[in-house]
Amino acid sequence: MKVAVLKGGRSLERSVSLRSGARVEDALERLGHEVMPLEADGELVKHLAAEPPDVAFVAMHGLGGEDGTAQELLEILGIPFTGPSVAACVRCIDKSLSKYDLRAAGIPTPDWFAFNETAFRELGAADALAGLEGRLGFPLVIKPSRGGSALGVKFAERQADVPAALVSAFSYDDRVLLERFVDGRELAVSVLGDEPLPVVEAIPQGGDYDFEARYEIGRTSFVCPAQLDDSETAAVTEAALAAYETLGCSGFSRVDLILAEEGPQLLEVNAIPGLTDTSLLPQAAEAAGMSFEQLVERIVELALEPAVR
Amino acid sequence: MPIRHTTRMADPPHRRRAHASSSDLERYAGLFAERTRVMRSSAMRDLMAVTARPDVISLAGGLPDTSTFPPQTFAAQMTRIAQESAAEALQYGPTEGFRETVDCIVEVMGAEGMLPDPEDVIVTTGGQQAIDLLCKTLVDPGDAVICEAPTYPGAIPVFCSYQADTIQIECDADGMRIEELEATLARLDGEGRRPKFVYSVPTFQNPAGVTMSLERRRRLVELARSRELLVIEDNPYGLLRYDGESLPPLYQLDGGDFVIYVGTFSKILSPGIRLGWAVAPPPVMEKVVLGKQAADLCTSTLTQFFVREYFRSGRWSDYVESVGRIYRSRRDAMIEAVGRHFPPQATWTEPDGGLFIWATLPDYIDTGDLLAKALRRDVAFVPGQSAYVDGRGRSSMRLNFTAGDEDEIREGIRRIGKAIGEQVELYGALTGEHEAVPREQAPDGKEPNVVPFRKAEGE
Repeated sequence: MKVAVLKGGRSLERSVSLRSGARVEDALERLGHEVMPLEADGELVKHLAAEPPDVAFVAMHGLGGEDGTAQELLEILGIPFTGPSVAACVRCIDKSLSKYDLRAAGIPTPDWFAFNETAFRELGAADALAGLEGRLGFPLVIKPSRGGSALGVKFAERQADVPAALVSAFSYDDRVLLERFVDGRELAVSVLGDEPLPVVEAIPQGGDYDFEARYEIGRTSFVCPAQLDDSETAAVTEAALAAYETLGCSGFSRVDLILAEEGPQLLEVNAIPGLTDTSLLPQAAEAAGMSFEQLVERIVELALEPAVR
Repeated sequence: MPIRHTTRMADPPHRRRAHASSSDLERYAGLFAERTRVMRSSAMRDLMAVTARPDVISLAGGLPDTSTFPPQTFAAQMTRIAQESAAEALQYGPTEGFRETVDCIVEVMGAEGMLPDPEDVIVTTGGQQAIDLLCKTLVDPGDAVICEAPTYPGAIPVFCSYQADTIQIECDADGMRIEELEATLARLDGEGRRPKFVYSVPTFQNPAGVTMSLERRRRLVELARSRELLVIEDNPYGLLRYDGESLPPLYQLDGGDFVIYVGTFSKILSPGIRLGWAVAPPPVMEKVVLGKQAADLCTSTLTQFFVREYFRSGRWSDYVESVGRIYRSRRDAMIEAVGRHFPPQATWTEPDGGLFIWATLPDYIDTGDLLAKALRRDVAFVPGQSAYVDGRGRSSMRLNFTAGDEDEIREGIRRIGKAIGEQVELYGALTGEHEAVPREQAPDGKEPNVVPFRKAEGE
């Protein structure tokens, strides 16, 4: 089969995408497929149109790749692609949108308020801040609404930290979230097709699970399957599956959540989670007894299934 | 009877190795040396991957402009090497480097008033290797080493990989603050610790662009003598002076007893040839040579021949002068643009030479996040944090003015200025502290808020 691997792009997670892509290309080659590595640049459509692949493996993260943009083009070109549909990507990439959907579906997610920059610049939203802070309490998590890998995520311990944290978060997106900080265990549930994979727990070795911790071997230790009792595993898995379905995901995705005292709290769904050496989805697949090749093969199969897109 | 191949040809090997699974990684991680814990990449480096796109104006690199080196000269030199000394140029060379290369080095150092003993010189694979070999020779895990704050971002990974306890001394417009250095030395005395060396880029410092004053140079050298303290003087930019009078290098003031010198051909000829050097007293040099043997046996013979050939023409200093003229005009363009586009709260250095200016923004701006915003506008710089070991420098940035031409510099600075302006405005809206908007329309961008570093009081 001829498989195009889409990678790179202009997103800030470009280098993560290049690593994911390279690893996928390897696996596809070993699986005996004909691999077309494609950099997501101005020539992308030209290449795809000139030599249409049987399927496109979208190994892109962040804006431009994980937000439905590339997927929309693939739909126009009539090329089947891996991972969630355009609509699901659009819902997942924007945390303020997905959190509304999750809450409407009765899935627990930490309280939040979302603002765009215009609200502060033109509508005097700053005056509303103090009230919100009172309702969410400190510490507060402030993060760009779109984007991943914890880029631009700041913790505000007290009121005085909020403006600078907002300035930081707005550097990544023109919409930001102020979210109640939920203390608990950091878990990720990857879903493949409609099957949940074993839960991964991220345990940072000192400090937060920030961008560096995510991509550096040894900075964070991952436990998979996470040490959870049966009822915890069930609750976490059930919440993750519900989120996956609510947002309309298909193929594969990763659901990030906190297991707090009050139970699982959904943070976000990553439509196209990382597939690098240190990424969580491959670890979860491995714990389920799947090699990386098997995982990649399954993702490609799912893309070709006549599913409802 | 002809030999027949009866066996099928083996499948060609895979193009790339199979990537490791996470359990493989754990297995490797268990084998990693302790020092790898403190060797780290950074988010910034990952973001920098985006700057590799051709549409990004990068003010981030530390690159000289190699486009002005005449290709004909390059070709003619390589041809002569091939015709006259192919066998030798393709062979290993002495670990210390060829005597002819050392002669070129002595000539370059002579241009700045230094007279090193050729016996004290080792040719290295770039100045970077010289720093590495000196650390290898001098630093045990936990040893204190002292450098400037901010310091050369490329030195930090070296100090880290030898598990040094890196102490940074504040800089101002006159370079490292010697008073603070003295206080730090006294504190270390009290703890019974002796720093292995003081690392300094005294002239057109990377990243700050500042130059250590003559008075401070003298004091540093005296301090080194009286305390028998080693100073590593890293001087890649000394010959790239665009204004003002040259100052004597520390090595010249000291005579080479306590000052170890690191030099490079990277900025005066080419970084691609990877040719640098160190000058150290014989006992230190002996160990450095042993370290070099272990590291790579010898520096590239071919590029040493290239330099030798180049110096034969006797025009190396003309070339340095010609790039200096180009860089001066680019520096002026950058300083003018920064004055025009950066907000009044920003301060920056106005270097008399070198490759960089260092700008500091209001403390609520994190230049790591600003970089993300800037990259959305296709422009990049180095966030200040990479010049510190302890997370300081978050509101500063290093801007390079030698890699691109004046138009690129103006456009790049305009875009960065716009991104900063938006952050300043947003912060104002959030806090009610409305500050003056960026002076986009300033009649002349050169006025007063060119405030380099604060001058230290009493110095």
